[in-house]
Amino acid sequence: MIMDYTIFILILPLLSFLAIGLSGTALKPRNAGAGGTVVAGLVTLLSYYTAFDYFTTQNVNGVWQSVTPCNFTWLNVGEKLHIDLGIMLDQVSVMMLVVISTVSLMVHIYSLGYMKGERGFGRYYAFLSLFTFSMIGLVVATNIFQMYIFWELVGVSSYLLIGFYYSKPSAVAAAKKAFIVTRFADMFFLIGILVLSYYTQTFDFGVLIPGDASLFGPALGTTFMGVSAMSWAMALIFIGGAGKSAMFPLHIWLPDAMEGPTPVSALIHAATMVVAGVYLVARLFPVYVGFTPEVLHGIAYVGAFTAMFAAVIAIAQTDIKRVLAFSTISQIGFMMVALGVSTGMGLSEHEHGGLGYMASMFHLFTHAMFKALLFLGAGSVIHAVHSNEMKDMGGLRRYMPVTHITFLIACLSIAGIPPFSGFMSKDEVITAAYGFSTGMGVWMTVIAGLTAFYMFRLYYSIFWRKEYKVRDGRRPHESPRSMTIPLLFLALLTVAGGFIPFGKFVTADGTQYIIRLNVTVAAISVSVALTGIGVAAYLYRRDNAYPAHLAKGFGKLYRAASNRFYIDELYLFITKKIIFNGISRSFAWFDRHVIDGAVNGLGRATLRTSQAIRGLQSGSVQWYAWVFLLATLLITLLAIW
Amino acid sequence: MNTSLEAVPLQAFLIVSLIMFFAGIYGFFTRKNMIMMLISIELILNSVDMNFAVFNRYLYPGEMEGLFFALFAIAVSACETAVAIAIVINVYRRFGNAEVNNIEQMKE
Amino acid sequence: MAEQIIFYLLAAVIALFSVLAVTAKRIIRSAIYLLLVLLATAGLFLMINYHFLFTVQVSVYAGGIMIMFIMAIFLTHRPGEDMKRKAVGKINYPALLSIAGAAFCGCIIVNNVSRAYNYLKGGEIGMRDLGHAMLGIEKYQYLLPFEAISVLLLACVVGAIMIARKEKEKEKEKEK
Repeated sequence: MIMDYTIFILILPLLSFLAIGLSGTALKPRNAGAGGTVVAGLVTLLSYYTAFDYFTTQNVNGVWQSVTPCNFTWLNVGEKLHIDLGIMLDQVSVMMLVVISTVSLMVHIYSLGYMKGERGFGRYYAFLSLFTFSMIGLVVATNIFQMYIFWELVGVSSYLLIGFYYSKPSAVAAAKKAFIVTRFADMFFLIGILVLSYYTQTFDFGVLIPGDASLFGPALGTTFMGVSAMSWAMALIFIGGAGKSAMFPLHIWLPDAMEGPTPVSALIHAATMVVAGVYLVARLFPVYVGFTPEVLHGIAYVGAFTAMFAAVIAIAQTDIKRVLAFSTISQIGFMMVALGVSTGMGLSEHEHGGLGYMASMFHLFTHAMFKALLFLGAGSVIHAVHSNEMKDMGGLRRYMPVTHITFLIACLSIAGIPPFSGFMSKDEVITAAYGFSTGMGVWMTVIAGLTAFYMFRLYYSIFWRKEYKVRDGRRPHESPRSMTIPLLFLALLTVAGGFIPFGKFVTADGTQYIIRLNVTVAAISVSVALTGIGVAAYLYRRDNAYPAHLAKGFGKLYRAASNRFYIDELYLFITKKIIFNGISRSFAWFDRHVIDGAVNGLGRATLRTSQAIRGLQSGSVQWYAWVFLLATLLITLLAIW
Repeated sequence: MNTSLEAVPLQAFLIVSLIMFFAGIYGFFTRKNMIMMLISIELILNSVDMNFAVFNRYLYPGEMEGLFFALFAIAVSACETAVAIAIVINVYRRFGNAEVNNIEQMKE
Repeated sequence: MAEQIIFYLLAAVIALFSVLAVTAKRIIRSAIYLLLVLLATAGLFLMINYHFLFTVQVSVYAGGIMIMFIMAIFLTHRPGEDMKRKAVGKINYPALLSIAGAAFCGCIIVNNVSRAYNYLKGGEIGMRDLGHAMLGIEKYQYLLPFEAISVLLLACVVGAIMIARKEKEKEKEKEK
């Protein structure tokens, strides 16, 4: 079979998880870390080789082909439905493989330094391997149900890693919240899968993606509450994706997930797991764009709103990881918008319908790199200062040069300054948005400006603003090499990534496209970004009172943004007051009195009956004979009659 | 000597054995002494034997099934009486009297 | 004519003494009444020409079993003692049941049996035929039950001895 070495990309992390996890304390932390990192390295090499192999050999007439190295039937459900497990490689999944394995390797190396001396070091690496396995399984899934299985696995890994510091109640609560919110969304995902597979009688992507009207006919024909079953299914599937990708209103878990160790935030909540939702929509993109374009528009609106919402909140946050978390939500909003504004699959000189798809994937790629870099840099800062709050930082550029420079590169990239990769991908996204409607384009440009503003607010607050107050004689120092090497590597990718001719590799229909720069759009977005940077520099480069004045000026809005617009409180209210109090209490009463009462009552009745008929077993022979005789007479009477 | 039995109808024999049977049943339920209960059982068994013999004679005079059944029933009754009396003697030795309410406790 | 008289005599004896047997106050009287019932039954067997059965009834039942009963009575009673009858409630249920049952079955017999049979004349069964039937192995011949009964008798004899055996007190004293 072609490219069947790819099975090792899946199996190696699983074996690593089992080996490290099951050996427990028998394995020395150093060895656990080394083992995990070596496996991650192998997986990365294999992924690069796979990419090389795929992109040099699988081109037929200028269209990238999808390859299925292995696919075996796991479970037969019904006459035609069956759940397979297998590996499917096409341009998107190969790209994702590269992204996941690279970031995972960087995080593995980084954690050698960051998590040194922590309790549960081995457990940490086991969970990292589990996560890598699950994420890879998700992206190479051949059918939607396999994707769902690995989707859940990814959720479990995320839960385990967020709640890594299990003695901290806030971490435990955050892990629970993440799991429950994503699980809630996954319920809709499952319903969507079931509806879709009911009508199309298949889970397989190979059948669904090139699907035509005959396959989706029954689904399109049946309507429920005025909307076709197909639209319901695709919308429900998107809701599942929205949960994982922290779209409004299911975004509440991501800021809290920052309770986990910072490398975990870098890997899971910046680069890989949160883009699973985007990947899902991209995977089913031909179905969305061909048959349910209205759902796609809905996705665009949700993404746009989320992006603005998160950007506004990020402006008012003081915890650096929270700023980065909301920035992630905002950027994923960008990716969703890019997918949502697509009008077709084709991408060529004449047709630009599929531009959004390509832009979204490009932005996913570059975002993974610079967001991971940002998080790891933040981790480096936190490691040095032992605090997450901006007020404890400032002027750190003197003490941590490598971190400083790499962080700056990442900020420039996310702000959209050429020639960094962020500019390239964001430009394509905004161009696609303009293609949909001018309003959308303007909206996204404004958000880009806000992004530049809050990112540089963050940058200046950490590295410039005021001089660092050295406490207890502990001067912050640059991080050890195990932490700076990943930073440097990711910075390199951030710089160089923009120049990858992405359109040649990843497009919706597999044809190759050379990215053109739209000068107008580029000029506008760069100037907006520079404005944002300028304002941030003015306010934050040196310590002054302007930010406080501005905050007072905005008053309620500022407070609301700082409190994340009270969405968490709203959720708490709904669950505690309405669900727990209203519904759960009555159910609990019912359970205690009716159900338990019935069971207890049965027991009591049995006891009473047994007391009553105890006399039958008197031990007296004559009594037995009595009963015997009576019974015989009765039977005789019955027989006669 | 062949006696003609047209004179005595079958029902007459059956009524006799009926009286014996129900006397035995009454005695079984009413008496406390185990030997008395055994005597009642003998009455019942005897009535059954008579039934068999009489039916055989009146309905199947050439055959011998009923006769043999009665024969074997007598033999079995003898065995059973022997064993029962042995048990009664044991009970008497244990309790000092042979009354049936001594053995009401079933061993758990 | 003669048969009728003899029959009714014997029948009266059976009926009277069986009722007396179950209502006697002293147990030895009850045993004697039972003996008389058994002998009368033997007489009835003789009347219907079953000579062998008559013999067996007299020797085994009236002779063997009654002797056993009387032995047992002597072994388990202080002589002369009056037997207490079970205390009966307000309504004597067993008596009621017995009389009701008797009446019921009696009705059935009297009403239905005459419809069921035709009297067939038959002869005496000779000893030779009886012997062949007892020890033969063809159909309707009873060798197997015969042997089985003999095994049963052996088992019962052994069992009765085992159950009724007195514990050897002399050995117990020696152990002490």
